[in-house]
Amino acid sequence: MMGFQIVLLWSDILIWLLVAAGVGLGVLIVRTPPLLSAWRNVGANRVGMASATVLLAFVLIGLLDSLHYRVALEGKPGQKTQYAVEVLSVLDALVTPLRTRNEKTYSEPFATRLYAKETVDVPGQGTVREYPRLKYGGKHLAEREDEVAADAGFTAFRAGVLAFLGWLAVAGIVSGVVGHGEAPGTGWRRIWRGETAFAWDAVLVTLALMLLVAVPLFWLSGQYHVFGTDKVGQDVLYQILKSVRTGLIIGLVTTLVMLPMAVLLGIVAGYYRGWVDDVIQYIYTVLNSIPGVLLIAAAVLMMQVVIDTHPQWFSTAAERADLRLLALCFILGITSWTGLCRLLRGETLKLRELEYIQAAQTFGVSSWRIIIRHILPNLMHIVIIALVMDFSGLVLAEAVLSYVGIGVDPTMTSFGTMINNARMELGREPVVWWSLTAAFAAMFILVLAANLFADAVRDAFDPRAA
Amino acid sequence: MLAYIVRRLLYALPILLGVNLITFALFFVVNTPDDMARMQLGVKRVTPEAIQKWKAERGYDKPLLLNAEAGGLAVLTETVFFQKSARMFVGDFGRAEDGRDIAREIGNRMGPSLAIALPTFILGLFVTVTFALTLAFFRASAFDFWGVVLCVAMMSISGLFYIIGGQYLISKVWRLVPISGYGGGLEAWRFLILPVLIGVVSGIGSSTRWYRTIFLEEVGKDYVRTARAKGLPETLVFFRHILRNALIPILTGVVVVIPLLFMGSLLTESFFGIPGLGSYTIDAINAQDFAVVRSMVFIGSVLYIVGLILTDISYTLVDPRIRFE
Repeated sequence: MMGFQIVLLWSDILIWLLVAAGVGLGVLIVRTPPLLSAWRNVGANRVGMASATVLLAFVLIGLLDSLHYRVALEGKPGQKTQYAVEVLSVLDALVTPLRTRNEKTYSEPFATRLYAKETVDVPGQGTVREYPRLKYGGKHLAEREDEVAADAGFTAFRAGVLAFLGWLAVAGIVSGVVGHGEAPGTGWRRIWRGETAFAWDAVLVTLALMLLVAVPLFWLSGQYHVFGTDKVGQDVLYQILKSVRTGLIIGLVTTLVMLPMAVLLGIVAGYYRGWVDDVIQYIYTVLNSIPGVLLIAAAVLMMQVVIDTHPQWFSTAAERADLRLLALCFILGITSWTGLCRLLRGETLKLRELEYIQAAQTFGVSSWRIIIRHILPNLMHIVIIALVMDFSGLVLAEAVLSYVGIGVDPTMTSFGTMINNARMELGREPVVWWSLTAAFAAMFILVLAANLFADAVRDAFDPRAA
Repeated sequence: MLAYIVRRLLYALPILLGVNLITFALFFVVNTPDDMARMQLGVKRVTPEAIQKWKAERGYDKPLLLNAEAGGLAVLTETVFFQKSARMFVGDFGRAEDGRDIAREIGNRMGPSLAIALPTFILGLFVTVTFALTLAFFRASAFDFWGVVLCVAMMSISGLFYIIGGQYLISKVWRLVPISGYGGGLEAWRFLILPVLIGVVSGIGSSTRWYRTIFLEEVGKDYVRTARAKGLPETLVFFRHILRNALIPILTGVVVVIPLLFMGSLLTESFFGIPGLGSYTIDAINAQDFAVVRSMVFIGSVLYIVGLILTDISYTLVDPRIRFE
């Protein structure tokens, strides 16, 4: 039994706190009828629920990647146990083959040979220039290299059947729950006729598609490099999986940073007016007037210097990259709260003139109580809409910032660093297209799902849209 | 009107001072001139004398905010803040790490930046407003639905994809225009056409959706019903009434970015090798040339404030009901 040491990165703590906050919010929603009815509308939205299913899958990958540990190194008995420098996550453990089976350099998806010719010593023939065989991709085929398509197709088919059976089981359970206490088969019929209040049909169809893609992909990835390998021979699928967490953290933690500032300052400015309002307006006008990218660039450059001059703060490279990621979230949060703050200020200005607030003031209710009991709940829809709308923008921004060189740590896998590393590859002959394509496609799916979900939420919460 | 503009310009001063203080804090307090010197000199050549020399050459050897040793006004002027930050108010940006005058460099690079940004802006505005107006005209039809689907898909694609994909397809596979570079004179259009095209296409998704919502909001208003009740054809209702009234919310978002066009686009310029202000900024970021980044932050803020004032002025032009006091 190998020992291990649990590593709690700051971003892990924050992401699990966010999960806890999400659960808490869920309880709050169930107890608040107006919020519950708005979320019911989201639940009835087919596109919204289909995208939510996709998002949930991404979140699951991200959460698995947020449980970190360090493996104990084998030492002499009686010695103090040493731990490996490398920080691994549960996701890494689950996909160990993907992580460890590295080739020498580029290879195409489903390739059995490297992308470039090399000089190889063949016994009896001297040196020969040829495409060397991959160490792991298609290894089980041995000499039958031309049967890749048939072999992969058969494996995919088997996995697809398995995925379908799994889906049937899930769908059966769901229809059992939906038609609970009625004649058998009622639940099934009601789901597919779209008679359920919750858009189960959309969820199940999306789930079927995802399973039919993910299970064969996962199965095949044990034998081939399904998305190819990159310059240093690392599996591209593995990088994609690791990028998900980075994207999620940028999208979620940033809003966590920005939210308290925007809500507090926005409401206070709108409620108290006068000099408080002037000061807060001054602060956000100043921040707003600095071009966003440049402010981020300046702050990231400074942070980089601070991190470089204090190497003693970090015991592993992962910790350093993690802190840089959090700092980036913090910087993005500081530069992006102004929009929401302005919206909330304007809305509070309107709310405070309404009769029920005036009445509360006449009764002598304290200002803070009015803000928390009467104003904040009436601003919740704006906050929720802003949260979901910001997510996709932040994921896209991460890629651009990493490209410019002011994003996440270069050692941290993210969509941005993947694109950045792969950008010269289109200029090669023959073209290395798989890294870029895979990164863009994964990002597109994540952002599209986030955008569609945001639309569903906005439609349900925005009183003007109804 | 003139009094209003003057007053707004005076309001801008404290904001610019705030911007200066923030950038100053970021560049000199978080990260002292000693740190900068160590980084620029490299690990090997760091000696206390070398750091002192580096600082003295660039004027970083003065106290940060207050110079207690100097007398009179020099208490304030003989400091890093005054020399490096406050002097930007009069257009003195100092020198870059390679010894070149930043102000002159900015002047030289403004042209190429504008040559890309201006056509992209005008063409993009025309395309997106037209597309949005068409979608709103055929609202609640299949065309509208698929148009919105297209917009959502297009805004979910990373901006990097448009650039990388466009360069690959048009320049490398079809060999229609050069991949990157810039030439003066009439030949410049060959270099400009691809970045402009990509800039327009990458902006279609989000802008069109935004304008469409604005148009749809106007469609539901009373004056539109009145216009229809008068018997005006739908096209006339759209072009004479809805388009004009929708201009106010559109202007809010559009006019403010016009001055910022001078700044160029970081991504486009660096990908296409255009010697504009955007690539200047990116190079400075990569080379950690703080003097240049600081200057660009300052110029960007000035332009943003100018944009805000222009927005207010443009309101009076399109909406006679708005007056300044």
